[in-house]
Amino acid sequence: MSAIQIEGLTKRFGAVSALDGLNLSVERGAIFGFLGPNGAGKTTAIRILTGLARPTGGRAIVAGSDVAAGGPGVARLIGHLPEEPTFYPWMTPREFVDHVARLFGLPGAERAKRVTELLDQVGLGPVAGRRIGGFSRGMRQRLGLAQALVNRPEVLFLDEPVSALDPAGRKEVLELIERLRGQCTVFMSTHILADVERVCDTVAIVARGRLLTQGSREALLERYAVPIFELEIDPASTGPLAGWSESLRSLPWVESVAVEGAAVRVVVRDVAVAKRELLVGALAAGLTLTRYQLVRPSLEDVFLRLVGEDGVR
Amino acid sequence: MTPFAVSVRKEWLEHWRNYRFLVLVVVLTLFGLLAPFTAKYGPEMMKLLPNGEAIARMMPPPTADDAVVQYLKSVSQFGVILALLLTMGVVAQEKDKGTAAMMLVKPLPRRSFILSKFVVLTLLFATGIGVAGLAAWYYTWLLFGAIDPARWLALNLLVLGFVLVQVAVTLLFSVVAKSQAAAGGMAFGVLMLLAIVSSIPVVGTYLPAQLLGWGAALMTGNPATAWPALAISGAIVLASLFGAVALFEGQEV
Repeated sequence: MSAIQIEGLTKRFGAVSALDGLNLSVERGAIFGFLGPNGAGKTTAIRILTGLARPTGGRAIVAGSDVAAGGPGVARLIGHLPEEPTFYPWMTPREFVDHVARLFGLPGAERAKRVTELLDQVGLGPVAGRRIGGFSRGMRQRLGLAQALVNRPEVLFLDEPVSALDPAGRKEVLELIERLRGQCTVFMSTHILADVERVCDTVAIVARGRLLTQGSREALLERYAVPIFELEIDPASTGPLAGWSESLRSLPWVESVAVEGAAVRVVVRDVAVAKRELLVGALAAGLTLTRYQLVRPSLEDVFLRLVGEDGVR
Repeated sequence: MTPFAVSVRKEWLEHWRNYRFLVLVVVLTLFGLLAPFTAKYGPEMMKLLPNGEAIARMMPPPTADDAVVQYLKSVSQFGVILALLLTMGVVAQEKDKGTAAMMLVKPLPRRSFILSKFVVLTLLFATGIGVAGLAAWYYTWLLFGAIDPARWLALNLLVLGFVLVQVAVTLLFSVVAKSQAAAGGMAFGVLMLLAIVSSIPVVGTYLPAQLLGWGAALMTGNPATAWPALAISGAIVLASLFGAVALFEGQEV
């Protein structure tokens, strides 16, 4: 059974459609990257899934419960870290996490143990008694993560969890998220592709409130990424390069050829044929190669291609 | 501990830590104590003014009733001001800052979120008026002699009822508005309207302000009551709370 099932989810603000019939399915235990450019509807979707907003149409099931029903049923099963978490500034981190733990009904001794454990886990143990009012954005983000984990949620919603952090903070939070693998389903919205590549095993790309594609990271790369071969020619043997590159362009398995000095970048339609014929052809043309590489496509290539095709950029 | 009790605990702690509780008790107690003092020493102070001697001679000797009337005016006026100031942001500010959204994804029913705020404000004002009432009663006793403690208690309960109407109405507008300034403005407008309507002879006897008149009558031994005003005050409180909860249930935070 899916941890999250979204069917035809729509949200309109007047004439503007933030979500336009979004369909999505997230497997249990996945670290799911919800990827999209700014304004794609990521935060709106999370607000609906967490019960903070109501959809105009469609249906969303989270951990087996319909979110439209509302109430504490779904709330007991989820954790949520908003993009900019806010707290009661007069509380200390220990008091805030304790307050959340009380709302989940954790009994005294277990509550105290859980609070300490979570604050240590996010690195706030040493400042557990300080007022939140003086915390940096990074510290608030960590505290936000700690409070979202209090109930050991089945589904954890993270809205841009590292966008406010410096590189060191980002690394730490991503490591924390990685450690949650297998413990719960993580639904993480972001527009930072490197983070998705690093921690997410399944990815959905959305734009203009619609799903463009969804699948495992590897499957998406396989399906959408453009295969590219890069060749470096020995400067002493570039004589035949112009003629060879021209002849390449006419081949049916070649999409495009770009030559820059002694570097050649060949975008191919058929990797298998290219693997067989590209190197052989270059050598036969009399070129001496110093580098020959099939460049691993990145999720960024997939993202930019899909979002570009959708006309968002 | 139920989510409602957890929310009550948080609200109480917040008012305590932010010194709102202390300010409320100090302000009400101060003005409660000033009432018998000014009633007793008003004529003496008048003598310090130019031609004050003549005016003071024309004034009747001060009595405990003067202290009671002064107390009613001061505590009810400052009670209303404090009710407005302490209540206007309780929901609007949490919505504006985002803490409401942080809390409402937890197993905290929205009605508990709203009602816990009213319950704690009721406790705060009950404590504040209680302390002010006790201090004023003791000081009045010192200056003028004993006053009936049961009637004094009833008077203070009526003042509390009057203030709670203002709290409930302001709470409703704190849910309606997006900022605490807007909530305060709207609540102030409605309370002003209520005050104006209260001055209309027949209509006024059915409105919350009549509770203060009933309190004053109690202390002077006047048998007049204001049960309809009490019932309508209760109805305003309930309607405001019901409206606040119903509106908040439907809001996106």
